[in-house]
Amino acid sequence: MSLLDVRSVSKSFRGLRAVHDVSFAVPEGEIHAVIGPNGAGKTTTFNMIAGVYAPDQGAITFAGRPIHGLRADEICAAGIGRTFQIVKPFAGLSVLDNVMVGAFLRERHARAARALAASIVERLGLGAKRDLPAASLTLPERKRLEVARALATRPKLLLLDEVMAGLRPTECDQMVGVFRELNRTDGTTILLIEHVMRAVMALAQHIVVLHHGEVIARGAPQEVVRNPAVLECYLGEETEV
Amino acid sequence: MPAPDLVANVVVSGILTGLVYGLMALGLSVIFGVVRVVNFAHGEMMVIAMYAATVLFAALKLDPFLAMVPVAAAFFIFGYALQTALINPFITRPEHSQFMLLVAVAIILVNAMLMIFGPDARSVQVDYQLDSYQLGPILVDKARLLAAIAAVVAAAALFAFFRFTLTGKAIRACADNHLGARVVGLNVKHLYALTFGLGAACVAIAGCAMVLLVDVTPPLGPAYTLLAFVIVIVGGLGSMGGALLGGVLIGVSEALAGLFIAPSAKSMFSFGLLILVLLLRPQGLLGRRA
Amino acid sequence: MSRSSVALAVLAMVLALFPFFAGNYALSVATLILYFAYTGQAWNVMMGFAGQLSLGHALYVGVGAYAAGALFFYYGIGPWAGLWLAMALCVAFGLVIGFLAFRFGISGVYFALLTIAFAEFTRIGFDHLAFTGGPGGMFLRVAQRDTWDLANFRGPPLMYYYAMLALTAAAFAFCTWLLRSKAGYYWQAIREDEEAARALGINAFRWKLLAVAISAAMTAISGVFFAFYYNNLFPEQIFNISRSIEIILGPVIGGVGTLFGPVLGAAVLTLLSDGITEALAAFGLDIPGIKQVFYGVVLLGVVMFLPNGIWPAIARRLRL
Repeated sequence: MSLLDVRSVSKSFRGLRAVHDVSFAVPEGEIHAVIGPNGAGKTTTFNMIAGVYAPDQGAITFAGRPIHGLRADEICAAGIGRTFQIVKPFAGLSVLDNVMVGAFLRERHARAARALAASIVERLGLGAKRDLPAASLTLPERKRLEVARALATRPKLLLLDEVMAGLRPTECDQMVGVFRELNRTDGTTILLIEHVMRAVMALAQHIVVLHHGEVIARGAPQEVVRNPAVLECYLGEETEV
Repeated sequence: MPAPDLVANVVVSGILTGLVYGLMALGLSVIFGVVRVVNFAHGEMMVIAMYAATVLFAALKLDPFLAMVPVAAAFFIFGYALQTALINPFITRPEHSQFMLLVAVAIILVNAMLMIFGPDARSVQVDYQLDSYQLGPILVDKARLLAAIAAVVAAAALFAFFRFTLTGKAIRACADNHLGARVVGLNVKHLYALTFGLGAACVAIAGCAMVLLVDVTPPLGPAYTLLAFVIVIVGGLGSMGGALLGGVLIGVSEALAGLFIAPSAKSMFSFGLLILVLLLRPQGLLGRRA
Repeated sequence: MSRSSVALAVLAMVLALFPFFAGNYALSVATLILYFAYTGQAWNVMMGFAGQLSLGHALYVGVGAYAAGALFFYYGIGPWAGLWLAMALCVAFGLVIGFLAFRFGISGVYFALLTIAFAEFTRIGFDHLAFTGGPGGMFLRVAQRDTWDLANFRGPPLMYYYAMLALTAAAFAFCTWLLRSKAGYYWQAIREDEEAARALGINAFRWKLLAVAISAAMTAISGVFFAFYYNNLFPEQIFNISRSIEIILGPVIGGVGTLFGPVLGAAVLTLLSDGITEALAAFGLDIPGIKQVFYGVVLLGVVMFLPNGIWPAIARRLRL
């Protein structure tokens, strides 16, 4: 049984079809990616899973439980952590405090929350800056903070929204390393919405391609990147392989 | 149950007063709609205009309608200066910071009025104060009618300015898209200051008109600020017609509430309406969703 | 950390021993400072911690005062029991306002306007409420002022001073505890970025309501104190928007969101304004409104040049 099951979801905004009849499943412990050109409906799909809005049609189940239509905080409590495409640190709080906010979901008392937060902060390489205000971090560090914060909620599934955007190749590789380690050690299931193919090819075991709100291809990375339909939607009709 | 004649008179009176309220609120709507600053000192500015009219009348026997010209000019300059010196640097600060800034200005203004003029009421008594026109069963105060006409003329002039002049359109562009306006080379800071000045001028005219209808005391300042906000929110932010419509609505409902319930309960109705509108239709009657 | 503890201990001792060096007038000024320090802290829970700007906090002072006052006036019930009714009513009012606002997504300036509207609505309402004396006000009888009668909260100025001191200290301890608890972290998260907070499993609606409820309950106690200290209540006065503004001046000047800010702000403001009134009286001047102009100027200065308040700047200097 899959951990996350998206079944025939559709969403329109004021008559404009953003997502139509999209289905895919993410088995536990795997890393999957959703890719597609701009406007393909990736973010809309992501937002429906994350609880920003509900699908007009279709169902989303997580660990066997329907989660479509739940609020964002209920989704997190159910075990799904997410990051934001444009990072949203709690700027006035320290790095450690930022992660503690996440930790309080599972730990009632400040001491336990702090301990959990501290271990995650170390793990993501932010230990040296743990008492500095989040506003003082560089972009790659902020992205790691965002992941750390989400991790503190002990998610079974991590949703990453274009987390590689704005990172240089070496920084991107570092992030890839972080996720690989999380997946290997903790068994965290990961769903990436991503543009940066470098990361997708390095991480994903399975890719779903969206175009104009519909799934046009799915499969292992090597197959998908050679798929003519995929090449066409990214590069235009006159492409030759 | 009051006689229908009485009700009709009260309604007409409410409409006319409401138009003056509307002009005051129009100033706020323009400021809030464009500069996105919550002018918490709006009512205080209105009261200053009223005091200015009383001073000019006492010293020079200047009719408030004539006083509108110099007072509006002075307020325009004051508004422009206020925006440039105090508020423009604050545009990037968080919302409650701007709010506090104007709260401080309001406190200073209203208490400065108290210091200068004392707590007693002041008024203007023109020759035609007690004149009225008879239209069927309706008795219309001449002063009230002229005040309402002045308000409508000023509002129309402002509307024409925004619709038909290049500067007016530039200001509307700023309101719609701050960054885009700067990209096309508009001097946004100057336009913001201009807008604040125009909003202040509206208040000046409204104040000069209002002093014929109401005696002025310092506590009117905060009361008018709240009233202006109620009107703008009820009528719809960013909608000029909404400000006037809201003003008339509040004017009439206040008048009717005063008639049917008790004179002191007038503002209770306005606040109740504000609460309802904030909750159910925050964009107001004629406003667009932010 | 220990520097702060030492400083705090010194301050506590100074305040505890203050009455032995001060006359009755100084004592009453000190009581007033503590009153604003306490009420400012209560307001700070909503604004400084949870980021919800309330400009109608006089509502809770008034409701609390009238609730306890009415119980005493009609049934002779003392303030210790009246306290509970006051808190319950204020929490109810707060929850209504909060529920309506947050359910309908009202925030920022609109929320502030909503709080003003509710306060004004209540003010006018009480003006017409015969049960509480309408605009003429309610007067609580004062039997004596010499011996300490804690049950009815009657006594010399010394008693009120220590009561307010205890209250302010308790509030300080409470707020410190709150800020370091899950609630404190959650509120700050909501204040910094509500959407990000929700993505971390925080039910923002519920937590914001909690902040409103706690703030309202704490402010209710201010109201009860007010009732039994001044012994006369007028709607025009106690629900007035000027009261609401006075409440926020301390925290805004001292430092919104900090623990010591409201206390420092209240002290600075009251001392300076009293100083000005005294100085003017020495010249034989008594100008109504000058104190408020002064408040406005100080507020303007702080907002423009020290947006985080006086306390953070001072704390940095003293390395506390």
